[in-house]
Amino acid sequence: MRIKVVFDNYAYLWEDDLYVKTYLSSIKISSISTLVCLLIGYPMAYAIVRSSHTTKHVLLMLIILPFWTSFLLRVYAWMGLLADQGTINDLLIALGIIDEPIRLLYTHFAVYVGIVYTYLPFMILPLYANMEKLDWTLLEAAEDLGARPLTTFITVTLPMTMPGVIAGSLLVFIPATGEYVIPDLLGGGNVLMIGRILYNEFNSNIDWPVASAVAIALLLVLVLPMMLYQYMQGKEYDAQ
Amino acid sequence: MSNRKRSGFLFSAVCFGIAFLYIPMIMLIVYSFNKSKIVPVWGGFSTKWYGVLFESEPIWEAVSLSLKIATVNACFATILGTLAGLALVRFGSFKGRTLFSGMISAPLVMPEVITGLSLLLLFITLKEFIGWPDKRGFTTITIAHITFSMAYVAVIIQSRLAGMAQDLEEAAQDLGAKPFRVLIDITLPLLAPGMLAGWLLSFTLSLDDLIIASFVSGPGAVTLPMLIYSRVRLGLRPDINALATIIILVVAAGVLLAGYIMLRQQRQHELEQSMTAEESL
Repeated sequence: MRIKVVFDNYAYLWEDDLYVKTYLSSIKISSISTLVCLLIGYPMAYAIVRSSHTTKHVLLMLIILPFWTSFLLRVYAWMGLLADQGTINDLLIALGIIDEPIRLLYTHFAVYVGIVYTYLPFMILPLYANMEKLDWTLLEAAEDLGARPLTTFITVTLPMTMPGVIAGSLLVFIPATGEYVIPDLLGGGNVLMIGRILYNEFNSNIDWPVASAVAIALLLVLVLPMMLYQYMQGKEYDAQ
Repeated sequence: MSNRKRSGFLFSAVCFGIAFLYIPMIMLIVYSFNKSKIVPVWGGFSTKWYGVLFESEPIWEAVSLSLKIATVNACFATILGTLAGLALVRFGSFKGRTLFSGMISAPLVMPEVITGLSLLLLFITLKEFIGWPDKRGFTTITIAHITFSMAYVAVIIQSRLAGMAQDLEEAAQDLGAKPFRVLIDITLPLLAPGMLAGWLLSFTLSLDDLIIASFVSGPGAVTLPMLIYSRVRLGLRPDINALATIIILVVAAGVLLAGYIMLRQQRQHELEQSMTAEESL
């Protein structure tokens, strides 16, 4: 076997604007999904931390349970909900909000829902782990000193929970950027994501050099967030 | 925002979140009992899709292949991951420790498409040079699964070791036990719950993996997720709903049982602690 080094495959990625577009689209989809996960997950994690011992245990188990069931089947579940004859369209028609089914499956919206749904536990659990170690008396102190709830949240709660926010966001953002199953099953042909392009280059086009170039380019996008995550885990670990 | 308003908001946030997580799974189960062939159109109650499922030969083959891979994977991943965790926590700061710990945790966040493609290229290059693995299937999928499962085990073992007091190990050493003996008689039994958790996690990760298996599999070797995926790509299928229902119920039973045992142990632990506290007063 002889190996000749060429950069043609990378030049090809750069020249064909489909690839550039797909990168930007992947990053946009995973950033927005991460933000939505944070907006849903933050109050949930907060509520779990502040609940009583048994409730906390039950809620945590309810969050972890979907993680142990099949990822693929949870994505499949949304195909049934979002289909033209699916549950959501039926419900909206029965309520008289719409007359004809609206297209939900095979849209960007479906991909966002799928990513938020499957990655939500990855956001909640690091947030919970961080919030559980917090010194809640600081919040009471801020309140006693006359801070308004919003001020307390912005100046005390949010900075204290920042490590959890960052860890959770990275755990959603990194795998979501390379996601393949969700855009394939819920996005149809309309949604451009890099994981799908890579898989198709490998599987349908059988162009392994280009697939490898796509993989390396994806890795370049993700290497900074991945190093940040490792750095934070290391700091957490040393603190123990 | 008053206190009551705030707790009202938090309560609705939790309810919304839990509903969001569970309604799709409940609908999946409901439609598995649908008589109609078109999944979201209700045609009456029926269990016929379970019959279709149990008679399907390819499904049984895929289930048995997936279970075999998951079992072998879980055993190897637990052994290798435990060794890696022990090395990283108990051997101090040896040369290249940072590199090793980085390499161990990288698979946890690496997108699956990258892991899958790189493993496939590795297997192809190996075949070119040493003639092994001559065909892709059970062996290559199992090796691929071990490489990422052991990372999860190593993380579990690391955090357990970090939270574990070293006094028992030190006591054994002071009494003249050799390092290997300390490992077998003291450290490993203390690590057993972590190893069990790692084994179960590896088993589940392997059963759930679609992407990496699709990359490194060869003709004839179809795991359960690969089979499910090839069917649902073409649309909704009631027999897949039946299969999903069985998987969800088995997992739920397992998680509830584990949760119950953990809660009971914790209660007992707290009770013992409060009793010793009272005695010492």
